[in-house]
Amino acid sequence: MTEAVFVQLLDLICGGVLLTAVLSLWRRELAAIVRLLVAQGILLALLAALLGAREHSTELYVAAAGVLVLKAIVLPAVLRRVLRDSGEAREAEPLVNVTTSLLAAALLTLLAYGISRPLVLLAPSATTRALPVGLAVVLLGFFVLVTRRRALSQVIGFLLLDNGITTTAFLATAGVPLVVELGVSLDVLLVVLVLQVLAARMRLTFGRTDLDELRELRD
Amino acid sequence: MSAQMVGAVAASAGQLVLVVGGAPLLVGVMRQVRATAEGRAGAGIGQPWRDLRKLLGKEAIRPEGSSWVFTAAPLVLLASTLVIAAVAPFLSTISPADGAADLFAVVALLMLGTVSLALAGLDTGTAFGGMGASREMTIAALSEPTILLAVFALSARVGSSNLADIVAGTLTSPARILSPASLLAAIAFAVVIIAETGRLPVDNPATHLELTMIHEAMVLEYAGRDLAAVELAAAMRLTVLLGLGANLFLPWGIATSVEPLALLVALVALVVKVGVLGAGLAVFEVFIAKWRLFRVPELLAASFLFGLLAVSVSFFLA
Repeated sequence: MTEAVFVQLLDLICGGVLLTAVLSLWRRELAAIVRLLVAQGILLALLAALLGAREHSTELYVAAAGVLVLKAIVLPAVLRRVLRDSGEAREAEPLVNVTTSLLAAALLTLLAYGISRPLVLLAPSATTRALPVGLAVVLLGFFVLVTRRRALSQVIGFLLLDNGITTTAFLATAGVPLVVELGVSLDVLLVVLVLQVLAARMRLTFGRTDLDELRELRD
Repeated sequence: MSAQMVGAVAASAGQLVLVVGGAPLLVGVMRQVRATAEGRAGAGIGQPWRDLRKLLGKEAIRPEGSSWVFTAAPLVLLASTLVIAAVAPFLSTISPADGAADLFAVVALLMLGTVSLALAGLDTGTAFGGMGASREMTIAALSEPTILLAVFALSARVGSSNLADIVAGTLTSPARILSPASLLAAIAFAVVIIAETGRLPVDNPATHLELTMIHEAMVLEYAGRDLAAVELAAAMRLTVLLGLGANLFLPWGIATSVEPLALLVALVALVVKVGVLGAGLAVFEVFIAKWRLFRVPELLAASFLFGLLAVSVSFFLA
């Protein structure tokens, strides 16, 4: 693979990751957001595979396969199950309206570019220059986490955050060691499963998964 | 006058004739595609031209109490669109009025037409005119920055805001078309075309229902040849924007010289590209409904975000 083709594919994949993150702010139906997460998972796996092809590293190929299975198949399946069981969680119901959150996304992306400049300047290359994309996805994930009401939407924010961290890790270090990657993936899986149980309990107690209802527990 | 200059003027005149003659046909094709997709017979692609001929034969009645603003608006709209049609790089990247084919000049000309029509809507003093004008300005205020940003993402890597330079730059390095910056910019630009030309889901060009109309509400008081001018200009704006989109993002076929053969190829390529884009837009419209007016800013905010991302991505992803 020539350098030019590599850079082009890398840029395309990173652009796609950013696009899916932004679109998940725009869409209201949770089912559509889960589809976007699947697309993002596939893109992340492609990113890992692309870096693996460049470094000729089997470890990265294994990581790519792991990412594909976890982020594009297992986690979306769990989310879909929660979605199907709850029945009511059709809308994401953000605290901030969609227009404002899109403008906030623009600011967050610029912020990510600003704060990663010193990092990029340390070792300028095609992969490090794409670092702002990873940071932007992390910030967008945070934004979704703090502005969504439903438990499932917050899980989606958490997964976006994790996808951003994975992107950053792949871009900055050409993949963390496989053991660390496996550990992180297992953690994410566990967190999502725990959150699924939590959401199910909330629905049993309150009939819905609006996190504002949890106020009652304090009294 | 050198041969180069003669050729450039010929190309410019050619695209002017092409846009004026082809714009109503494009609208006709889009209506026909839509009719076919919906299982209707349709009026044929020549119907917009027949409508224009009918309108031109009628007297232009002007509402009582309207001023010269109302009279001048169709002419300003038509003239500003004609200038864009003449200078923008549709057939050849070599233009006799190269300086005017600037991104900012073209957007300003588009805005001039929009504003003059909105003023005319206000001038009649009717409820519909004012309502249409205020809605149109809301949309224009949100979509103009996006058009600038989207094309700015393309111009940043060429280092010039001249449209012909941007097209020529993309032509010399076609790999750029698949870059994230131009893909994001293409999405933003597509949304802007839909908003600017009053297509679904922003505005429904085929309605006269008070709740939904934007463009139609402004031009409700026009009749006869004034209406013909407004209709022709609206069709030309659609053609010009689709042509710009086609040449900025898919510049293949455009002539980089003023050889007659290259110009002929460019002409065929432009007709095919704009025709396919228009037909695609018409098919897309079959599947969607008009959005509530209050959701339109959401759509335009999204397209602004795509434009901004395109600019920032063109910096951080080289």
